Amino acid sequence: MSTIFAHGGQLAHGVLLTMLMTVLGFGCALVAGVVLAVFHISPVPPLHRLAVGYVAVFRNIPLLVWLVLFVFGLPEIGLLYPLFGTVTAAMALYWAAFICEAVRSGIRTVPPGQIEAARALGFGFSQLLRHLVLPQAVRSMVQPLGTVFIALTLNTSLAAAVGVRELTGETQFFTITYDIPIPAFAVTTAIYVLITLAGGLLTGRLERKLAFKR
Amino acid sequence: MPSPRTPVPDSADVLVRLRGVHKSFGDHVVLRDVDLDVRSGEVVVLLGASGSGKSTLCRCVNRLETIDSGEITIEGRALPSEGRELARLRADVGMVFQSFNLFGHRSVLDNITLAPVKVRGVARREAADRARELLTRVGLAHKAQAYPGELSGGQQQRVAIARALAMNPKLILFDEPTSALDPEMINEVLDVMTELAADGMTMLVVTHEMGFARRAADRVVFLDQGRILETGTPGSFFDAPRTDRARDFLSKILSH
Ligand SMILES: Nc1ncnc2c1ncn2[C@@H]1O[C@H](COP(=O)(O)OP(=O)(O)OP(=O)(O)O)[C@@H](O)[C@H]1O
Ligand SMILES: [Mg+2]
Repeated sequence: MSTIFAHGGQLAHGVLLTMLMTVLGFGCALVAGVVLAVFHISPVPPLHRLAVGYVAVFRNIPLLVWLVLFVFGLPEIGLLYPLFGTVTAAMALYWAAFICEAVRSGIRTVPPGQIEAARALGFGFSQLLRHLVLPQAVRSMVQPLGTVFIALTLNTSLAAAVGVRELTGETQFFTITYDIPIPAFAVTTAIYVLITLAGGLLTGRLERKLAFKR
Repeated sequence: MPSPRTPVPDSADVLVRLRGVHKSFGDHVVLRDVDLDVRSGEVVVLLGASGSGKSTLCRCVNRLETIDSGEITIEGRALPSEGRELARLRADVGMVFQSFNLFGHRSVLDNITLAPVKVRGVARREAADRARELLTRVGLAHKAQAYPGELSGGQQQRVAIARALAMNPKLILFDEPTSALDPEMINEVLDVMTELAADGMTMLVVTHEMGFARRAADRVVFLDQGRILETGTPGSFFDAPRTDRARDFLSKILSH
């Protein structure tokens, strides 16, 4: 234990990277996922097909494979970006597919009759989304999005496999350098649990806040 | 008590005109060669057995369904096929559904003001004033801040009527507005509709409420398997139907 605290600064840096990757990754995935979901339900066939194809490709290939492809494949074709950015981007693109599905499941909870009523009143597609569909869908999207958030947080640890010294990467370093696998991973586990618990609390609060009388 | 209706003169402008309208879902033909005129201020009641195409006919008028052939015009103009033009047309044609379809996440007042504000660009203040006026008219002024889920079916349907009226529509389509209601709530909705009719609103109404048809309709149109089989005044249709199908239909309805 004392070894870990003696190198607290290193560990804190790992935590920081993990949190940064989580927040950036989730933020970008959220934006991309919502756009994908809108494409998915849009009346424009090419956009719909694009979204369907995207989800099929990204969701059905393991994240680790994507990370390897991005980190080692992109430089092969001459695209060289900083490691952290590359890994975060790969995560965002991967999780966007899951967020698209979470958003769509929320959209499906909006009664079709209400959508029809809005169309009959002269609402266009984007007005329909803005004023009717998304405000109602968001409430039932919070839980599935919370699940994606937790999965994303925990899976940032895969970044260690392609050389990012985030929390898990630092822990591996401790484990190898000082031969203290159990204490090192115990501390790491506690930190991951703290982050995901915070996420869980936040989704619970959000859900209560978004509740409306039915 | 609403004032008795003065009949719409034959010379009144035709607001909605259907000519040779055909519609099928797959190989199932739902509307066959339908010709129908609805004149300004007229109340037309659509009757017919389940599956005869009443809802489909209504939904074709504001293009919630597209037609396969034939022509539908409103004020002489063909229905726009899509986009902004179509949205504008729909804003001018009100619709009231069997299942009310109020926006669950918005208060009663917001339900009524949303379309005027977002679709028509009316100032929020002005829309709210008008909404309160309409709520008073349907007897629900005290429910402005309630949510749809807190209202009875009859109250929800009256809000839905107010929501349609808020757009100052040229015409309102009613698709079985009282069929989902408990018997004791049917009349509160029919009373509002009867008053609207007396005030000169143009209405195309699908309903099995024969009392309403007799009281408020200028004309009854009987659909059978997607074809208009009879059309006439409520009196002549109910008292002396000309076809066996209509007689059969009426005997089933009236025996309920
Ligand atoms: N979207 C659809 N897809 C396929 N078939 C449909 C669709 N909508 C309606 N139909 C069919 O078209 C026929 C006419 O339906 P419609 O709803 O217009 O009848 P209706 O006269 O309103 O009947 P009801 O009194 O039961 O409401 C029915 O046989 C119905 O099954
Ligand atoms: Mg019907």
